[in-house]
Amino acid sequence: MTATTPQKTATPSGPDGPGGNGSRLPALTRRLRVDRRYLPVLGTFVVLALILAIGGVRYENFLSTGVLANLFINNSFLIVLAVGMTFVILTGGIDLSVGAVLALSAVSTAFLLDAGLPVAVVLPGAVLIGSIIGLLIGLMVHVFEVQPFIATLAGMFFARGLCFVIAPESIPITDEAFVALAGWDTWIGGQWRMTTSVIIALVVIAVAFYLLHYTQFGRTVYAIGGGEQSAQLMGLPVARTKVLVYVISGTCAGLGGLLFAMYSRSGYSLTGVAMELDAIAAVVIGGTLLTGGTGFVLGSVLGVLVLGLIQTIITFEGTLSSWWTKIFIGVLLLVFVVLQRVLSLRKT
Amino acid sequence: MPATMGASTRTAGPGGLRRLAHHTIFWPVVALIALLVANTLYSPDFLAVSILDGHLFGAPIDILRNSAPLLLVSLGMTLVIATRGIDLSVGAVVAIAGALSLSFIATSPNPGSVTTVLVAIAIALGLCLLLGVWNGFLVSVVGIQPIIATLILMTAGRGVAMLITEGQITTVNSAPFKTLGAGFWLGLPAAALIAYGVYVVVALITRRTALGMLVESVGINPSASRLAGVRARTIVWTVFALSGLFSGLAGLILASNVMAADANNAGLFIELDAILAVVIGGTSLQGGKFSLSGTLVGVLIITTLTLTVTIVGISPLVTPLFKALVVIAVTLLQSPRVRERLAARQRQRVAKPEEVAA
Repeated sequence: MTATTPQKTATPSGPDGPGGNGSRLPALTRRLRVDRRYLPVLGTFVVLALILAIGGVRYENFLSTGVLANLFINNSFLIVLAVGMTFVILTGGIDLSVGAVLALSAVSTAFLLDAGLPVAVVLPGAVLIGSIIGLLIGLMVHVFEVQPFIATLAGMFFARGLCFVIAPESIPITDEAFVALAGWDTWIGGQWRMTTSVIIALVVIAVAFYLLHYTQFGRTVYAIGGGEQSAQLMGLPVARTKVLVYVISGTCAGLGGLLFAMYSRSGYSLTGVAMELDAIAAVVIGGTLLTGGTGFVLGSVLGVLVLGLIQTIITFEGTLSSWWTKIFIGVLLLVFVVLQRVLSLRKT
Repeated sequence: MPATMGASTRTAGPGGLRRLAHHTIFWPVVALIALLVANTLYSPDFLAVSILDGHLFGAPIDILRNSAPLLLVSLGMTLVIATRGIDLSVGAVVAIAGALSLSFIATSPNPGSVTTVLVAIAIALGLCLLLGVWNGFLVSVVGIQPIIATLILMTAGRGVAMLITEGQITTVNSAPFKTLGAGFWLGLPAAALIAYGVYVVVALITRRTALGMLVESVGINPSASRLAGVRARTIVWTVFALSGLFSGLAGLILASNVMAADANNAGLFIELDAILAVVIGGTSLQGGKFSLSGTLVGVLIITTLTLTVTIVGISPLVTPLFKALVVIAVTLLQSPRVRERLAARQRQRVAKPEEVAA
């Protein structure tokens, strides 16, 4: 019986979560009927809850709706990036280009608006730039069998270089329609502030969730991650799907750029440097295996929220310097990766 | 089919050229020569080397000096990649080495003394070796994928570097330390001598002993090589440790170049440049066979490209665009599909004259 396997995963909460209470946990998970596939995501959820609890105990206004709503507002672009990245990682690939594509999209938005083009043209255009770069990367990966790491690295350099060709300096966005769109917000229940970017991010999550779990395309993505040859032998459209995941990731990066332009009201070539690493970290913390085949979109969203909360806590603490964020994220990554490793060892 | 190919290569002239074209570093060398030619056309005295104050000066010397840190990092990266690994943390290690050595020198009572500098260098290199060992531990003992294992240090490492410098950009004045990056020995840049010296040593050790073959065997099939009696775990551990050590050395050179420890920007993206250099040099990211000469050519291409962009007067910020074009061109030329096409076309060409001869 596999009942002994989930015990470690039920508490991937702290650095030394599983311990003496190992015998009780399998019984608990069995009683709760938790599918072992959900355990890593559950772990992320527990970490999220822990950080919230720690924050709530330590700081007075930490658990206010304002702080939590801001968590979504400040991280909307990262959520969109992480969602796109999840697709690629699920197939066993990786996309290093998203940070640079985000910058390219944001810079193009600012540049085109500055040139006097209407918002109705610029917005789809900026997203389309991401899709096109994603398509080119996907073709490189599939047709020319370039490793995803190298193909997306080339995409990253390409997009970042292009940014500086378009705009060496930061371009402020003054277009009235765009500013109105970026500044629009609504209050849910009179307390929870939602901006346009949050709504877009939520829509992206919903669409991605539907695509991954309710369509043939989504099942093919999982199948490729589980074993590309098997997927091919099953007659699944591997080629098309492999190209499409990069298109999705590119599109998400393009959209992320748009959200970033809304967030910063400007386009600057150096935005999003190393943001791909945040996205990858969020996906990994969210329980997706980098080897592909296992993981969930919602896990990645939780991963982004965990990263965002760490940032928030360090802001609240005040005395802690910003570089602690990086160290904490590194430690958290380590804990999750080791736990995943333990999990996969027990599985085999 | 192989017989005809063999026959064609044994003939002199065009056959030899064809065999040359099949060599993995043929296209990278062509790219490097093209770059140098383009530069010479743009400024005719590009390749000129003059002697000034007893030192050699000129663009080629600049290329040698500027390539030193990247060569060191790429050297470690090549070995790591040959074992099927990858080391993303090298940039962070570069930053840590610079931060630690300069902070030590800055707080010491006598920053100008050679002893202080040597101790600083020893401490920094020791820590970097330790960081490499840590990466190797995660990969070879815990069994985490290299990309993720080193991502941890890549993320946390810059934080650690900032912790060491306390978020400041530490600047120091220390003549002996400055020699490392900006000084000259025997008329040549000290940095270049160190880097190329290490390169030669590593090349000799891997190619004149069985070590290189063992590294390749681990990369081609870890479990098979383990069953054949190769200590796969030790080898993986060693290459990661070496990568850390070489990155540390590169960090010292970079720090000594500017005499300031900038935890945020020191060695930024050097891991990507190094991976690029390795891939341009024809070493596959899937592990196995590696080419140190290819890596050297890759490093020279990237350094020359960067220098070219500066000389031509394009903003250095656009450099990534050119790098991307080079990578795309080289990887596409090396991709299996394009190679098959080229090989098929050559086979046709070879087949024809033989029929005539018969």
